[in-house]
Amino acid sequence: MTPALLVRTTVAWLVTLILFFPLGWLILTAFKTELQAIEVPPLFIWSPTLENFHEVQERSDYLLYAKNSLVTSVVSTLLGLAIAAPAAYSMAFFRTKRTRDILLWMLSTKMMPAVGALVPIYVLAQKSELLDTQLALIIVFTLSNLPIMVWMLYSHFKDIPHEILEAARMDGATLWQEFHRVLLPLAMGGLASCGLLCLVLSWNEAFWSLNLSAAKAGTLAALIASYSSPEGLFWAKLSAASFMAIGPIVVFGWFSQKQLVQGLTFGAVK
Amino acid sequence: MSFLQLNNIEKSFGPVKVIKGIDLVIENGEFVVFVGPSGCGKSTLLRLIAGLESVDAGNIHLDGQNITTLPSSKRDLAMVFQSYALYPHMSVYDNMSFALTLAKVDKAVIDDKVKRAAKILNLEPYLDRQPKDLSGGQRQRVAIGRAIVRAPKVFLFDEPLSNLDAALRGQTRVEIAKLHRDLGATTVYVTHDQVEAMTLADRVVVLRDGKIEQVGTPLELYDKPANQFVAQFIGTPQMNVLASSAVPQLANAFAMPVPAGGFVGLRPESIVLKEAGTGQLRGKVELVEALGAETLVYIMSEQGAQIVARQNTRTHVKAGDEVGVEIDTSTAHLFDAQGRVAHSGGVAGSLSP
Repeated sequence: MTPALLVRTTVAWLVTLILFFPLGWLILTAFKTELQAIEVPPLFIWSPTLENFHEVQERSDYLLYAKNSLVTSVVSTLLGLAIAAPAAYSMAFFRTKRTRDILLWMLSTKMMPAVGALVPIYVLAQKSELLDTQLALIIVFTLSNLPIMVWMLYSHFKDIPHEILEAARMDGATLWQEFHRVLLPLAMGGLASCGLLCLVLSWNEAFWSLNLSAAKAGTLAALIASYSSPEGLFWAKLSAASFMAIGPIVVFGWFSQKQLVQGLTFGAVK
Repeated sequence: MSFLQLNNIEKSFGPVKVIKGIDLVIENGEFVVFVGPSGCGKSTLLRLIAGLESVDAGNIHLDGQNITTLPSSKRDLAMVFQSYALYPHMSVYDNMSFALTLAKVDKAVIDDKVKRAAKILNLEPYLDRQPKDLSGGQRQRVAIGRAIVRAPKVFLFDEPLSNLDAALRGQTRVEIAKLHRDLGATTVYVTHDQVEAMTLADRVVVLRDGKIEQVGTPLELYDKPANQFVAQFIGTPQMNVLASSAVPQLANAFAMPVPAGGFVGLRPESIVLKEAGTGQLRGKVELVEALGAETLVYIMSEQGAQIVARQNTRTHVKAGDEVGVEIDTSTAHLFDAQGRVAHSGGVAGSLSP
């Protein structure tokens, strides 16, 4: 091992450990009692307990929140793909002078802090009696992810030679046939990674779910938050709730990391 | 009977007018080649016929029907693209049968047609392969196969050979010519290579700057070019075009006087090298290209005009030699100051009737 490689390896491990530390600590704390959790110096050897998980399920219906998270993130992702794919198609294959401007404008909406739109959106949801419903979250998640989805799909579609679509047209394909028999199969990788990313973003979304939902439509983000403020800080139970909330998406991310990375770096390195 | 008819077609991209009023009639079964330098609008014209671009003005009629605004998918044309544009996610068989599948043709009929096309194009062993597992030449044949299984009204070829290496290009050119002879289908073929144009076409359309310069059979274009551009575009090496002032010795040598400010056009085969001191002109050899069957000799005349001579015999002259140049003045083309032909010469070395 050369000295340069040794330094690089050490630094890589160090950075990884620093990044992983909060997550690791959260997992450890989830298996402690409340008393052990706040002990100073921290305990490294104790007999783990599942009591926190039990209590989280008792006090708040974990499965209900999990179901809400699952439904809102899956439906908003599918809805987003259904809107973003045709939009990206027209921008990638029928460019006009304004295409670039529209793309930038779409992205610019992501620069605005979400809280800036809180009051109007809250009022809209309230007036249309959508507060604390899955539908409200689905609509908001879809809209807030759309700019990213259009951008991602746009850059995927742009890499597909337009002659292939023209060949399909010459072969007698209608617009719909061209789209679903030629473009979609070719863009499957891009669609998958875009979908995965948006699934993760929606699952982890906290701001809107905290503000627009409560007991009925609350997602796992709302479940975690309920363990922090109102009843004081219960570190062990908070950790257990967080662990249960992020568990599924971490496992999911682990299995799909290849597509995720490909999706994020697409167009950047090629 | 006119089969494919273009009437006063115009097309602009933004502020740039790329097609400036094209009128053209193509007969049934004809092989027509669009040729011209890059940027002349030949590919755009083909894409307008295909319906992949919309025309700004004028109209297109095919087989008695106005197709000007008809979408590509309804025009019943097949196109072979420069990049082949095969469907990468489908096998060769599926690529070739795609159009028929979309048209809901009976499976047994499709199978029969694909197999027959595959046989013609020597693709039988590759029907199950994916395009990525094929060589460039094979991909090209699949692209052609995709077009011929459909038996469309017109075949459109957009520089189909330009991605192939030289040997394969020559071979595929011969195959396309044979295919056209066997199928007899109306074909419009775009190329920048005048050799392809000359060898394949029934009629060649020479385009420049969005306009037709001349339409004619390959030999018509070679023997009777309408202007200096066509004269120099068709034929390798290029026709020698000399300002009349550069060859004062020849002022009265032609069938008619050279127009004022005009030009004299001489095919390289109309020029014969002689001993220095004989012939009409005197010059110095600058370069000799011995190609085997023929030898090209580049000469700088006393008056500073560069002249290329084509010899069908081997020659001993070498760069730096002083030579005499004899010109067969009966074959000379004369152009006026605007480059339009004023007189077309006879054909060098042709058999007298």
